[in-house]
Amino acid sequence: MSRLITDTLIVAERNLVRLTRAPDLLLAFTVQPIMFVLLFVYVFGGAILVPDFYGSYVMFLLPGIIVQNIAFGGFVTALGLNEDLSKGLIDRFRSLPMARAAVLAGRTLSDVVTNTLSVLVLLVTGLIIGFSFDASPFEVLAGFALLLLFGYAFSWIFALLGLVVTSPEAANSLGFIAVFPLTFISSAFVPVESMPAALQWFAEINPFTLVVDAMRHLWVGAPAGNAVWGAVVWSLVIIAVFAPLAVSRYRRAAGH
Amino acid sequence: MTQARTHVSAEPELAIRVRGLRKSFGDVVALDGVDLDVPPGTVLGLLGPNGAGKTTAVRVMATLLRPDAGEISVAGLDVVREAAAVRERIGLAGQYAAIDENLTGLENLVMVGRLYGASRAAATARGHELLQRFDLVDAAGRPAKTYSGGMRRRLDLAAALVAKPPVLFLDEPTTGLDPRSRLDLWTTIEELVGEGRTVLLTTQYLDEADRLADTIAVIDHGRVIAQGTPDELKDRVGGERLEVRLSSAGQAADAVRALAAISDEPPHCEGDTVTVGVRRRNGMIVEAVRRLDDAGVGVDDIALRRPTLDDVFLSLTGHAAESTDDGDEQKERT
Repeated sequence: MSRLITDTLIVAERNLVRLTRAPDLLLAFTVQPIMFVLLFVYVFGGAILVPDFYGSYVMFLLPGIIVQNIAFGGFVTALGLNEDLSKGLIDRFRSLPMARAAVLAGRTLSDVVTNTLSVLVLLVTGLIIGFSFDASPFEVLAGFALLLLFGYAFSWIFALLGLVVTSPEAANSLGFIAVFPLTFISSAFVPVESMPAALQWFAEINPFTLVVDAMRHLWVGAPAGNAVWGAVVWSLVIIAVFAPLAVSRYRRAAGH
Repeated sequence: MTQARTHVSAEPELAIRVRGLRKSFGDVVALDGVDLDVPPGTVLGLLGPNGAGKTTAVRVMATLLRPDAGEISVAGLDVVREAAAVRERIGLAGQYAAIDENLTGLENLVMVGRLYGASRAAATARGHELLQRFDLVDAAGRPAKTYSGGMRRRLDLAAALVAKPPVLFLDEPTTGLDPRSRLDLWTTIEELVGEGRTVLLTTQYLDEADRLADTIAVIDHGRVIAQGTPDELKDRVGGERLEVRLSSAGQAADAVRALAAISDEPPHCEGDTVTVGVRRRNGMIVEAVRRLDDAGVGVDDIALRRPTLDDVFLSLTGHAAESTDDGDEQKERT
């Protein structure tokens, strides 16, 4: 077990070091989300009716767009693993006497670091353009923890994706096709009640809605029932299903 | 541990022992009952064209693939049941330099050293040692993506040597390298063997196997079709080769007909060159020239030479060794 932790940290360190050598990727983490927040708030914001409770669209949007953003954070894992696979690095790792799960655990762990970075960037942007917390410090921190847990769970889905697809381009488009509708047909950007019935039905069972509602509860005090616990359970279930699938795929992974 | 055991045992244990190795991918049989023996401190060259099964065999021996059947032991350990222990004793380097291009040379080696369980300090010391040895000191602090092809291979080989493994697998170590880098890498590999390492090397280059290997196993379509020292394999072809370069490639068929009578085996023709095995030396050239002249075939050059491994491969398989993937597939389709 201690070997797993050490090896995981070594792999995570490697991922973060190489991130600093590829600054364009860092740009994707920071500039792109800021752009989306500004576009949504100032282009769509005036046209979207949100419940009076929120007062302004940015209060409604920010928790939602942060959840969407963190779900995409795992893309780094999918692309990185796919590249390692095609370049033969996975073969090298698998020929070493290291912990079997460490390459994937290290990948997903370094996503937590980059996710933290992008949450902070989005939060600061939001605070500048009118978002404010209506929560105790404990609730604010709990919100952070929930975001990182949910992002971590999604990283495991992306880990499996990165090992299964044949090219980074395929990982990219498959990831978008899967995650984009999931995040849009949820309560992240518009109130679910404004959607057609069929979409409403989907949005209400969509885990994204649950996580977004939980975040709104924790950060701006919106009523949320059991959304927080539901979001935690969803995240744990995703990890419990996808981590073993990804690790088993990794053990059989064939490079060139 | 393993080395100590090897020294005390009465019979020297084989460094690599493969019996009845089979592996299929779906309907495609990659390995169809391969046997290999590699004594400690020797080099086995696994020679064959692309798609012959060389890489699959290495991946099984290096614990990356599970065999469908067979007994495979490396450094005295079973590669399936004792895979983790095998990994402590092997190094793997290959045709795809498996290094992280965004890390520097030193960072790559330190990462691998730590993943073998060394402390950061010990891994750093070993990293410097290897960079020195592989002539990469000047590039140690540069990201590996700035390295040339030869430097990448050297770094890859260095990474395989981090834990001083007694058994080394080199999968086509010089494929795609320029001639100069190739020669450098050969010298390095010879040094590694001089230190008592066991090396299993796959290659599709006959000169490479000829120079580096103590024993060569020729593999084709997933089977070992011949095994022996380079000289033994050459003897199997028997005698000298008569090589005729024609004035015009268009007369190749005439030349083949004219020369058929002086050999037990059919002449082989490639471009404007016809090669044929001959039983005796004396008078051969004169006789060949006479026959070609009678047939009206123009000759630019004619010579007798010792058989090369190319000839071995040709006489064993009926096709040339250095064929490409595409060529193989086309042959199989037609």
